[in-house]
Amino acid sequence: MTKSVLIEKIAEKVEGLSKKQTEVVVETLFDSIKEALAKGGKVEIRGFGNFKLRSRNARKARNPKTGDAVDVPPKKVPYFKVGKELREMVNRDF
Amino acid sequence: MTKADLADRLYEKIGLPKKEATAMVETLFESMKSILAEGESIKITGFGTFLVRKKSSRKGRNPKTGDELEIEQRRVVTFKPSLQFKALVEKV
Repeated sequence: MTKSVLIEKIAEKVEGLSKKQTEVVVETLFDSIKEALAKGGKVEIRGFGNFKLRSRNARKARNPKTGDAVDVPPKKVPYFKVGKELREMVNRDF
Repeated sequence: MTKADLADRLYEKIGLPKKEATAMVETLFESMKSILAEGESIKITGFGTFLVRKKSSRKGRNPKTGDELEIEQRRVVTFKPSLQFKALVEKV
């Protein structure tokens, strides 16, 4: 399922918002999560899960084409930890 | 940041009244939960993909007692961030 299908589903559920308005709302929500993490924060959605950053150590890698060693600097990556309720829902009746 | 803070952002950024904003935040995550519960993955362009993956059964151990036990097959949700999202936080 893509974002546009998700938006249609949500627009059906809420009264008084057009599909276009729902789209703006959904975009704004995902942007807000990204911004929170970009500021070093985390986002906790009870029942769904938490978004936070994880650190990756610096490492040496190789350019697969040339075989040259390259240094990969340490970095942060987005990480999602599934909430208890969602974890159980996905596993139910399966 | 919590659901309430996300609702506040909706108010600040697009002027959606608090009550509606709270309802939208709730509806978004509830919708995503029911889609994932159906076993369907969700791709959000520019953000990432929530994948439902099947794990086959395997033998495990109770870490406390060391007893061998069967871990049953199950479904799990994983999140694969988009390249854009990764680039945004890389240097935080």
